[in-house]
Amino acid sequence: MANIISDETIDYVGILAKLELSDEEKEQAKKDMGNMLDYIDKLNELNTDGVEPMSHVFPVNNCFREDVVTNGDDRDAMLQNAPDMKAGSYKVPRTVN
Amino acid sequence: MDITKMTALALGKKIRQKEISVREAVLASQEKIKEQEESLHCYITLNTEAALLQADKVQKLIDNKSLTGPLAGVPVAIKDNICTKDILTTCASKILSNFIPPYSAEAYINLERQGAILLGKTNMDEFAMGSTTETSAFGITKNPHDTSRVPGGSSGGSCAAVAADECFYALGSDTGGSIRQPSSFCGVTGIKPTYGTVSRYGLVAYGSSLDQIGPIAKDVTDCAVILEAISSYDPKDSTSVKRDSYDFTAGLVNDVKGLKIGLPKDYFGEGLDSQVSESILAAAKELEAKGAILEEFDLGLVDYAIPAYYTIASAEASSNLARFDGVKYGYRTEDADELHHMYKKSRSEGFGPEVKRRIMLGSFVLSSGYYDAYYLKALRTKALIKQAFDKAFDRYDIILGPAAPTTAPKFGELVSDPIKMYLSDIYTISTNLAGLPGISVPCGKDHEGLPIGVQMLAKCFDEKTLIRAAYTYEQTRERV
Amino acid sequence: MAKQYETVIGLEVHVELATKTKIFCGCSTAFGGAPNTHTCPVCTGMPGSLPVLNKQVVEYAAAVGLATNCSITQYCKFDRKNYFYPDNPQNYQISQLYLPICRNGYVEIETETGKKQVRIHEIHMEEDAGKLIHDEWDDCSLVDFNRSGVPLIEIVSEPDMRSAEEVIAYLEKLRLIIQYLGASDCKLQEGSMRADVNLSVCEVGAPAFGTRTETKNLNSFKAIARAIENERERQIELIEDGKSVIQETRRWDDAKEYSYAMRSKEDAQDYRYFPEPDLVPIVISDAWLLDIKNKQPEFRDEKMARYKEEFDIPAYDISLITASKHMADLFEEAVALGSNPKKVSNWLMVETLRLMKDRNVEAEGLKFSAGNLAKLIALTEAKTINSSVAKEVFEAMFDNDIDPDLYVEEKGLKSVNDEGALRTALEAIISENPQSVADYKSGKAKALGFLTGQAMRAMKGKADPSEINRILLELLQ
Repeated sequence: MANIISDETIDYVGILAKLELSDEEKEQAKKDMGNMLDYIDKLNELNTDGVEPMSHVFPVNNCFREDVVTNGDDRDAMLQNAPDMKAGSYKVPRTVN
Repeated sequence: MDITKMTALALGKKIRQKEISVREAVLASQEKIKEQEESLHCYITLNTEAALLQADKVQKLIDNKSLTGPLAGVPVAIKDNICTKDILTTCASKILSNFIPPYSAEAYINLERQGAILLGKTNMDEFAMGSTTETSAFGITKNPHDTSRVPGGSSGGSCAAVAADECFYALGSDTGGSIRQPSSFCGVTGIKPTYGTVSRYGLVAYGSSLDQIGPIAKDVTDCAVILEAISSYDPKDSTSVKRDSYDFTAGLVNDVKGLKIGLPKDYFGEGLDSQVSESILAAAKELEAKGAILEEFDLGLVDYAIPAYYTIASAEASSNLARFDGVKYGYRTEDADELHHMYKKSRSEGFGPEVKRRIMLGSFVLSSGYYDAYYLKALRTKALIKQAFDKAFDRYDIILGPAAPTTAPKFGELVSDPIKMYLSDIYTISTNLAGLPGISVPCGKDHEGLPIGVQMLAKCFDEKTLIRAAYTYEQTRERV
Repeated sequence: MAKQYETVIGLEVHVELATKTKIFCGCSTAFGGAPNTHTCPVCTGMPGSLPVLNKQVVEYAAAVGLATNCSITQYCKFDRKNYFYPDNPQNYQISQLYLPICRNGYVEIETETGKKQVRIHEIHMEEDAGKLIHDEWDDCSLVDFNRSGVPLIEIVSEPDMRSAEEVIAYLEKLRLIIQYLGASDCKLQEGSMRADVNLSVCEVGAPAFGTRTETKNLNSFKAIARAIENERERQIELIEDGKSVIQETRRWDDAKEYSYAMRSKEDAQDYRYFPEPDLVPIVISDAWLLDIKNKQPEFRDEKMARYKEEFDIPAYDISLITASKHMADLFEEAVALGSNPKKVSNWLMVETLRLMKDRNVEAEGLKFSAGNLAKLIALTEAKTINSSVAKEVFEAMFDNDIDPDLYVEEKGLKSVNDEGALRTALEAIISENPQSVADYKSGKAKALGFLTGQAMRAMKGKADPSEINRILLELLQ
């Protein structure tokens, strides 16, 4: 395996992705990610000099809305799926001490 | 007569002619579901009672001629990543196990306008990540042709439901082959339209730049009609394309004289099962007999499509799936005392292994220091793949090849080895990178009686030619 | 000898744009709604929802860019900035990194040390986050997404400022330009303009800048000035102690006059930007750009020159009136309604400024309308009310924008112009105050003032003082 994924890298990516992996899962993730990166490294065989990265397949542009209010108060519908709420707001663990 | 064996159009006609009532059709489907679901498990959620109420409502509208379309009163199954207002939409994930969207996907709204009756929401790979429907948090779906085998994925539930007559047609979504590959495994017909043809509003995003909703049905005619019904320019989806024509049924013409069909040599090489290969070539010969011109050619870059795809799709997925955090909807862990602990616990308990694998990979390829080497490299590769197709379509009207390298594998064969699973999408994936329309049409069975699908691709916005070729081919053989 | 340090400051200024709707959905941006009443699937990050760009946001952003001498990126895109926080419903913010809408501009500022240019690195468009309310009772935080998706522009300066004075001059200049454009009301206290300060110190003459910190949560010019001074001292102290400054984000607590580092191990500061796949690129054609240019209003310098031409009012007044777009608008509207420019200017320069100071109101927050000011001036011109009553009426107008005509009517404040009544009252006062009359006649001018005052009191303040004077003099003859 050309790409060796360190514990630090897995921990770091876990922080970015907000995933908490067990030790067993971490070992598996290191292996899987290494394998995938080895596979993705195949792209390096390809000369892409001067090729513009393409995020959209079609040259569509300028899709706009006019600045007109179209939505009313739909709070109850938005909140109906909230795991926890209070006073018309989404309730979360305290964010500051 | 077993109503459930009819095509969607045949049923629609009988309903309009008052030979079958909408309620009868729904009850027939529900009976079929009852008989087989325990064994097949095509659905995550059944809409049993609401479907009957809806049937009566639609019947009235048909009777008073408010609804006259070909799909009026015809029962449908919808993949569970397509939002349906007030009906559970889970994406086959524990993290959305209790999510009831307060809105419907535009594609589904378009079907409702046509008088469709929702039978239920179909099983799939979790967040459409997988090729076998085994990554679902709610259990596997079995292939109706052989219950020891997978139906393919990620739209495995939709394809199996159509194959097992548990619905008259279904909607799926295709990010890297998720309609075409399971259609092939289940012996049904499925179209992945040109990117931007069907609104993505209300489709829970996996890879936003690749996702498209499409029809899965019993034949090409049904598919063309359904595609016409669900397609629309949607101002709510900025990537929706205002097309000149949505008249896909105009392609239902039994004639391919002079049509140039390219067979990419790269699609018939190592890794392709010999029975599949024979079957596909036989299909090509049928079209040649009908007047099409066949030619082999080198498409190129096929080996690069999968790594480019997994880089782009995983990167987009890592961002698209960040919203599942236990704050606004969906699953939240029981013990959530501190914010980041709550995030991590909820997500780690809520997502399955394949989803976590792709989120981790996607987060990594976008992270500081790797973005250029991985993500931009993949976007450049995508540009080259698009160019390769553009070049091919300068010479050919249709590109023809297999939809999958094999027939349906047994459970556990693919899902245990991620890279092996990813390779099963080798013939479908580049289509999504290039935005092209593609179809999978049944073209025979292997020695074990497992269906094989032939894939045809057309240039962007040319579904009409795609449907013409597929329809003409279908006319050459009896329905399986 | 103590070392001499230079402070190097760059600013990131966020401005909420004055659109009616959010940047990516049709929800209202109005202030003050109950929590989450201005929300929809898009601005609460529901699965399957998709953003669609508000065209007005592009126009405002480009207009600000043009007014700050930026070059406009005619092919620009949005990117996703990924980070988890409960006020960020998708856990990514749609912003611009790779191709921001405006680049390479500058504004000119003037301080006691003279004029200088502060360069603008870029201006980009992005969406605002929701609001977190901390609930002491329940030991939790509550999320309100009403502000989620309100359009922002972020104006990033080059590190061209060297003092708090320059920073404030720069902010005032930006605020004035943006207010003149009508692109935002730029209220620091309400958060529609927010400034983050990037600051480093280095020894005078050093070849490179020091390590910088970013200070957030600055809600007033005073807080900004205090935070700059505090951070400068903190960094110098670290350096003198032989320690190094850490590149970090700090949060200013204005009540404690202290900042603290916002670091946590969960905060990797790796935003994994990538092009937003749900939005298409923005192409600003030459024609569209010209259209935006043509819609640019008259800015302050042009306005000052024109006032000097058109109106006979002092240069000092002109500079104060035009220092606020709102005040200049009031001035012009009142004049257009027929009021004498000099009179309008007087009301703005004297009573308005006095009450602004007294009530702690900023010019942009003035409530009274130009129409009512014009009415008030007409009432004084017609001598329907006298000047002290006018001040009283103006105060009511200042506080509640009352209609002066109705107010004067209802409160019975009209001057008594009935000469007979006035004469009778004055005759009585003369006979009651023989001493004062004698004083006046012996040349004590002050005595006349006393008698006038007595008369005003008798008339309950509603007489015209010049009229009293005239009749009084006549009776005393």
